[in-house]
Amino acid sequence: MAKIVVDPITRIEGHLRIEAELEGGKIKDAWSSSTMFRGIEKILKGRDPRDAWYWTQRFCGVCTTVHSIASIRAVEDALKIKVPPNAQLIRNIIIGIQGVQDHVIHFYHLHALDWVDITSALKADPVKTASLAASISDWPNNSATHFKAVQEKLKAFVGTGRLGPFANAYWGHPAYKLPPEANLMATAHYLEALEWQKEVIKIHAILGSKNPHPQTFLVGGMSIPVDPDSQNALNADKLITIKRLLAKAQDFVEKVYIPDLLAIASFYKDWAAIGGGVGNFLSYGEFPDPISGNLWFPPGAIMNKDISKVLPLDQQKVTEYVDHSWYEYQDAKGKGLHPWKGESEAKYTGPKPPYEFLDTDKKYSWVKAPRYDEAPMEVGPLARILVAYVAGHKESKAAVDLVLGKLGVGPAALFSTLGRTAARGIDALLIARQTPLWLDALIANIAKGDYRIHANEMWDPKQWPAEASGYGWHEAPRGALGHWIKIKDQKIYNYQAVVPSTWNASPRDAKGQRGPYESALVGTPVAKPDQPLEILRTIHSFDPCLACAVHVTDATGNELVRVKVS
Amino acid sequence: MDRDDCAGKKQEGFSVARMLEERGVSRRDFLKFCSTVTAAMALPATMAPKVAQALDKVQRPPLVWLEFQDCCGDTEALLRSANPTVGELVLDILSVDYHETIMAAAGHQAEANLEKTIKEFQGKYLCVVEGSIPMKEGGAYGCVGGKSHLARAKQVCGSAAATIAVGTCASYGGIAAAAPNPTGAVGVKEAVPGATVINLPGCPCNADNLTAVVVHFLTFGKLPNLDSHGRPLFAYGKRIHDNCERRPHFDAGQYVEHWGDDAHRKGHCLYKMGCKGPATFHNCPTQRFNEKVSWPVASGHGCVGCSEPQFWDTSPLYRRLPNVPGFGIEQSADRIGLAFAAGVGGAFAIHGALNALRKDKDGADENKKDGEE
Repeated sequence: MAKIVVDPITRIEGHLRIEAELEGGKIKDAWSSSTMFRGIEKILKGRDPRDAWYWTQRFCGVCTTVHSIASIRAVEDALKIKVPPNAQLIRNIIIGIQGVQDHVIHFYHLHALDWVDITSALKADPVKTASLAASISDWPNNSATHFKAVQEKLKAFVGTGRLGPFANAYWGHPAYKLPPEANLMATAHYLEALEWQKEVIKIHAILGSKNPHPQTFLVGGMSIPVDPDSQNALNADKLITIKRLLAKAQDFVEKVYIPDLLAIASFYKDWAAIGGGVGNFLSYGEFPDPISGNLWFPPGAIMNKDISKVLPLDQQKVTEYVDHSWYEYQDAKGKGLHPWKGESEAKYTGPKPPYEFLDTDKKYSWVKAPRYDEAPMEVGPLARILVAYVAGHKESKAAVDLVLGKLGVGPAALFSTLGRTAARGIDALLIARQTPLWLDALIANIAKGDYRIHANEMWDPKQWPAEASGYGWHEAPRGALGHWIKIKDQKIYNYQAVVPSTWNASPRDAKGQRGPYESALVGTPVAKPDQPLEILRTIHSFDPCLACAVHVTDATGNELVRVKVS
Repeated sequence: MDRDDCAGKKQEGFSVARMLEERGVSRRDFLKFCSTVTAAMALPATMAPKVAQALDKVQRPPLVWLEFQDCCGDTEALLRSANPTVGELVLDILSVDYHETIMAAAGHQAEANLEKTIKEFQGKYLCVVEGSIPMKEGGAYGCVGGKSHLARAKQVCGSAAATIAVGTCASYGGIAAAAPNPTGAVGVKEAVPGATVINLPGCPCNADNLTAVVVHFLTFGKLPNLDSHGRPLFAYGKRIHDNCERRPHFDAGQYVEHWGDDAHRKGHCLYKMGCKGPATFHNCPTQRFNEKVSWPVASGHGCVGCSEPQFWDTSPLYRRLPNVPGFGIEQSADRIGLAFAAGVGGAFAIHGALNALRKDKDGADENKKDGEE
């Protein structure tokens, strides 16, 4: 049986390798492997829990902010801290723009080239491109002049004979189906999105000092002061700038991203029957109301594609297996461990590099295998939107029905590579429309004279109990993210993160159940084994983030080497 | 090395300036860009024409970007770059032949691009490294295409004209190298001692500093002058504290005591909240982030010291100087350290007295606690 290997999978975050067996032009079986390990959670042990947000944020610079949010929520849960409304609303805005920006970058810069053949754009007629664009959107830049200018630039670039990042791709592959005009339109928007993303994310710079890796998170609140009478705090000028940038974000999603998504998807409807995956979906819910704490996106699970009901969540049902991962449990072989009891030591048993193939019958990845109630789960925008849709969340229902209606497909089409990509767009649209409302709520709260941003009463570790445990959940752009912490004598005793891409990139578990990437690839057609474009389509539809996915905890209480205090 | 060596294949008429022109960047904007970058390099304004002249001539040099034990944060910083924009940088100024996060090709086609560039432009391409390099387990803690990060670093950095280590991980090992350093992570210079390396630490590095280094290289045909930690002096020659907009409040003894208090809202000094600005060399206060919108101290959080070599093991976020493990050993770039540590302690004692005069009970209590630590 011939195995093909795609390593590196590019246009993702991190280091991912896919090995697949082909039979009759289709994938018979597949294995997902992460090939990079750092061990950050082990490094966290013994440090100040108030610092954990800063460390865990470095799990990933693409998913920047998300681990900070999960981390401060976990510590706040352990210490029973309730954050002031301003801090909660500022966090909601940070989360919101992160989601919108991340999804747009994913669509144009990480995923689009799986569907868009840039070389074909050279053959497009700019006038026809403009009329195609005008038929789907009133975006002001969609003029024949603009498309012609983009095409000229592209020609000049190709004319240098040095294609840089676009060299040696699968251009001309038979699986590319778009007409030249659609390719030119998408290429123009690829460039526009590059400009747009750096503008709208300035909201993070205002509220968080910089992006990536904002630096105003605090256990108990935020460190960005609020005071309309100060130039050193969040004042009217800064709030109005955020308002303008949120409008810019929403405008681009409504007039460029969604129309492009629908236009491109209409040429690839066969992908609504490919790449379904495990059929179980998990969403933790997101956007807490600053007063009640109720979540705007509802939490829940859907099992076996049964969209008649959403199951309530129980955090005790989350476990992780390491039977096919390069770790060793002391006496839990073949068992899954809950994150609070998580214990593992990295133990590499794979081939010595350089190698050609991994031994996929044994251990083959740095990613563990998380399971909910013993089942592999898909997480991400599709899970989030499905759970919300089935739970009767009215905004989600309206957006899903609109997109499915325009594509002329039913809800079953969501269980696919195309559905996953469409759900991400729907998610971006929902969040882009909702985030300005969190800003309005923040402005209204400040107008009442409430300037509080931090709950100080538990800031000093001397006030903490001798032992405390907590967990923090966050519905990140890539899905359900959970951090679990145990605090002992004011220090981190055990820290464990179960991350969206850990769920999705999961290898097999003790029972041999495949993870979501692996399941989704089975049955995928591959027209040219030496150019596996179809593998990229399905894998990219999950928006992988591998640096996030890999981690290890040491719960054995070993004394770590500490730096000497001078 | 000679700048023209970096030209690669001569394509008449496709200089950086010409490419920018092709893409609709006006001559005026181009000269403005040259002035901006000249300022970022801490060079006098009179140097701007020299920069412009150089960019008029130089061809697009090939650049390969390697990601090892990284989080992609420096790549994301690159995507936020404004002068030039990432589009200009990637499409016009450089030929970015390998960058896993943005390149269209994957798998063996991607690897072929890397092989082609390092063979065709041996000794002439620029290399950027993001993330640390794990030395334990024969390199198994980090592989791409079945090859260890270490093997790739030796191969690629070894025959580059210069390697730019972006971020604290690539510079010094960073977070993965923090105790107990499970994977034996190190920075590029330690992994490949023979390579020509410039360090741009920071978490992430400031994209403006990266651009400035690239332009410096294209303009002068060599790397800028470095400090003892391999950092360019133009960006790391001064302490955060030296240029901090809140410095007058430090000097006046006006400190934030609690998050969200009156002093915090007024923009007073964050020293007591754990700010590491007095011991950190970086140009954040002047260069700022995201097109100069802000930087940590301006947004009300102390500097954490992310650009310092031992940062991860010496900087609990909210413990204040000088009572921080490791502080006073090697925190200074050029032997200012110990004297300076004493200086901060001394300065603080004076300010403590000032605070006491302001009948600042909390502050006095804090001082006592510090003494006991």
